[in-house]
Amino acid sequence: MKALAARRHHRMAPVVLLLLALLTTGGIYAALAPSTAKAETVSTADIETGKKLFQANCATCHGPNAEGTDGVPSLVGVGAASVDFQVSTGRMPMQTNGPQALAKPPQFNEEQTAALAGYVASLGAGPAIPTDEQVDASLGDPSNGMALFRTNCAMCHNAVGAGGALSEGKFAPALWETSERNIYQAMQTGPQSMPVFNDANITPDEKRDIVSFLVEQREGSAGGNALGALGPVSEGLWAFVIGLGLLIGAAVWIGAKSS
Amino acid sequence: MSTATPDTKREAPATPTTTVGKAADYLDQRTSIGLAVKEFARKVFPDHWSFMLGEIALFSFVVLIASGFFLTMFFEPSMALETYEGEHPANMHGQLMSVAFASTLDMSFEVRGGLLMRQIHHWSALIFMASIVVHMMRVFFTGAFRKPREINWIVGLILMILGLAAGFTGYSLPDDVLSGNGLRITDGVVKSIPVVGSFMSYMIFGGEFPGHHIVPRLFTLHIFVIPGILLALIALHLFLMVLQKHTQYPGGGRTDKNVVGYPAMPVYVAKMTGNFFIVAGVLALMGATMSINNVWNYGPYDPSPVTAGAQPDWYMLFLEGSLRLMPGPGWEWVIGGFTLSMNVLIPAVVVPGILFTFLFVYPFLEARVTKDDEEHHVLDRPRNKPVRTGLGVAFLTAFIILALAGSNDLIATHFALSINGITWVFRVLIFVGPVFAYYITKRICLGLQRKDRELVLHGHESGRIVRFANGEYIEVHTPLDEQERWLRVNYEAPAPLEIAPKTDARGVKRKGYASDKRWQGLSRFFYEDRVAPVSPAEVEAAHSHGEHDQLNGSERQAVEAGAGTTSREH
Repeated sequence: MKALAARRHHRMAPVVLLLLALLTTGGIYAALAPSTAKAETVSTADIETGKKLFQANCATCHGPNAEGTDGVPSLVGVGAASVDFQVSTGRMPMQTNGPQALAKPPQFNEEQTAALAGYVASLGAGPAIPTDEQVDASLGDPSNGMALFRTNCAMCHNAVGAGGALSEGKFAPALWETSERNIYQAMQTGPQSMPVFNDANITPDEKRDIVSFLVEQREGSAGGNALGALGPVSEGLWAFVIGLGLLIGAAVWIGAKSS
Repeated sequence: MSTATPDTKREAPATPTTTVGKAADYLDQRTSIGLAVKEFARKVFPDHWSFMLGEIALFSFVVLIASGFFLTMFFEPSMALETYEGEHPANMHGQLMSVAFASTLDMSFEVRGGLLMRQIHHWSALIFMASIVVHMMRVFFTGAFRKPREINWIVGLILMILGLAAGFTGYSLPDDVLSGNGLRITDGVVKSIPVVGSFMSYMIFGGEFPGHHIVPRLFTLHIFVIPGILLALIALHLFLMVLQKHTQYPGGGRTDKNVVGYPAMPVYVAKMTGNFFIVAGVLALMGATMSINNVWNYGPYDPSPVTAGAQPDWYMLFLEGSLRLMPGPGWEWVIGGFTLSMNVLIPAVVVPGILFTFLFVYPFLEARVTKDDEEHHVLDRPRNKPVRTGLGVAFLTAFIILALAGSNDLIATHFALSINGITWVFRVLIFVGPVFAYYITKRICLGLQRKDRELVLHGHESGRIVRFANGEYIEVHTPLDEQERWLRVNYEAPAPLEIAPKTDARGVKRKGYASDKRWQGLSRFFYEDRVAPVSPAEVEAAHSHGEHDQLNGSERQAVEAGAGTTSREH
C-alpha cells in the first residue's frame, strides 16, 4: 500500500484512473446491456453491405443515416429483431402508403436481410434476433401461452390468432402463417400499432409459451372444419349457406316430387 | 283429389286376421282411436315446398331435444372452481375454471360422441332459428297471418322469442369467455333500464355480476322452463294449423272455402317422415364435419379478457349491431344524480322493442286499414300487396343492416375497409336503407302487377312476326290459358278507406271524425297506389279489338284494312 500511496501524486495517476474507470464502465455495460447476439457474428464487411442496401432501399424515407424523417421513425436503437421482422415479412420496404404496412413476399434474401439487420443494429443497441431455441414451440407450455395470449393479445388478434380489426383500416393480422421467429420478434419490438412486450413484461420463456400456443392452433379443430376460427358470425353464415341451403333444396325437391 | 273415396259398401266389421290388425282393433275397442286416425289420415293438405319451412323448424327442435337430453347427462351447472386435469385440449391443462366449463371440456373430449352431440345441438339451434325466420317470412309475405290466423301468428312470434331465449341461455351455459361477455352485456342492458335496472340485475345474478348463481339459473331455464313452454306452444301452433286448415297458394279452383291437396295418409306422412330424416341427416352432417363454438379457444370466463371477433350467435347479432352503431359520448345523461344510459337503453331496449312491436301489431293494423273482416285461406302473391311486401322487405333490411353492423370488425378485416367508415355507413343506412328498400320493393311489385295486367290483356309474346300487305308488322300474341289467367286476375286490390263526412246533415260535427281521418290517412298509405285486377269486361274488350293477333297467315289479308287501329306491341 505504501508504494501505491507514494505514487498517487504521480503525474500519470489521473490517466491510469481514467483508464480504469472507462474499463469498469465498459465492462459493466458489456455485461448488462441487451446483447446483440446476431450483430456480434456480423462482420464489418456485412455491415458495409447492409449500409449500402440501406442507402439504396430505405434511406429515401428513413434518412441517409437511419435518423428518420418527418413522420418516418428513426431506426437508431430499434435493433436487429425489428429489422428482421419488418424485412423478412415483406412489410419493409413499404409498398404503398396506407393505414399500415402490409406483409408481402420479402424483397431481400436471408443474407441481405441479415446484413441490413446488422447495419441497423450497429447504429445503436436494440433487441437481438431470437435464437432458434428461444422460439422452439415444442419447448413451450401451450396452456400458459393460452392464458397469456388471451390476457395480452386476443383482444386484437382473436382468441386463436385469426386476426381482428383496429381503427381506421388498421388491423391485427392473422397469425396462422407467421413464423415462430416473427411472432417472437413482434412481441419484442411492437411493430406498427402493436405495443412492445419487453422481457420484463413477458419473459422470454413466456413468449415461447405464446408461440407454442399459436403453433398448436394450426393443427386444426377437434370438431371438424374450423370455419376460419372467426366465431359465431362465420358459424351463422355457414348455418345459412350450407344448413339452410341444403334443407330448402331438399324441401323444394320433396315439394316437386308429387304434384 | 281432395277427398278419400267414400265408403259406400260398408259391411259388418270383419274380425282382424293379421297381428297388426288385431293390435289395432284391441286399441280401438278400448280408446276409439280409430276415429281420430281416420280424421287425420283423411285430412287434406295443400302442397308446396314453402310449407315445409315450418317443418324444418319442428324437426330441428326434435333434434335439439334429443341431443340436449344427451348433453344434460354430462353437463354440471356449477360455478365452483376447479383445476382442469384433463389432457385435452393441451392449452386447457392445469387451468383454473368453473365446473361448468370443465364439464363442457369433459363432455367434448372424454365422453364418447360428446363433441358430436354438442356440435349437433348447437348447429340445430342455429338452423332452428334460421328456419323459424324463413318460415315467418313466407307467412308474412303471403299474408297467411290474416283472419283467422292472427292468433297463430302471435303464437309463432312467441315461439320465435322463446327460441331466442333458449339460444341465449344455452350460449351462456359453458361459462367460457364469449358467454361471460354476453352475460356482461345483458347485465349492462338490464342496468340501463331506469329505476328498476340495478335491482333487476342484482335479482338475476344473485348479487353483483357475475356471482355464483347465474349458470345454475340459466340451466334450469334452458333445460326445463323454456323447452317446456316451447313444447306446449308448438303443440298449440300445430293444433291451430290443423283446426283452421292449411292455407293454399292461389290457382285454379282454389277458394277460401275449400282446400286443394292430398290427404295426410299416405302422401304427407311419407313426405314428412322423409323430411325429418333429411333434417336430422343434414344436422348430423354439420355436427360431424364443421366445428362450432370451440369453447377451449376462448378459455374459461374471466371478466378481464375480451377477444376480437366476440359476437353472439347470428339471431342475436342484430342487438350486437344496434349497440355497436350507437354513438357513445353525449348519450349518458345524469339527471338529479341518477345516470340514464341512453347509449345502451336506445339500442338494446328501444330498437328491439320497435322491431318486435311491428311484428305483433302488423296483422291487426293491416286488417284495420283494409277494413277486412273476411276469412282468408288463399294466400296472396307478394306482388299483389305492394305495401305489405315493401314493409316486410324494409323490416328485413333493417334486421340485416343491424346484423352486418354487429359483424363490422369481420367486414373490415375481410374487405380491407376502415371499421370507422363501415360504422358510419351503417349509421346512415339504418335510417335510409329501410325506406329505400320499401320504396324499391313497392315499385317492383306495382311493376309486376302491371306486367300481369298486360299479360292477361294481350297474351304471351309468341315471337312470331307477321307482315301485312300494307307493310305493317305485328307480333302475334298467344292468349293465356285458364290457369294462368286465374292466377293473375283472382286477387283483391283494396281501395283506401272511405269515411263519413266531417259533419252530419245538420252541419253538426261528427264524433270520432278525427280518428277516422287518421285511419284513412294510414289506409291511403297502404292502398293509394293500386293496380286493379283485370275485369272480365276488360279481357273481353281486349280480345275483340286485338283479334287479329291470333290470326294465321292465310286469314291475314281479310283484316288488313283495320290493322292500323289495333294494339301494337313493340
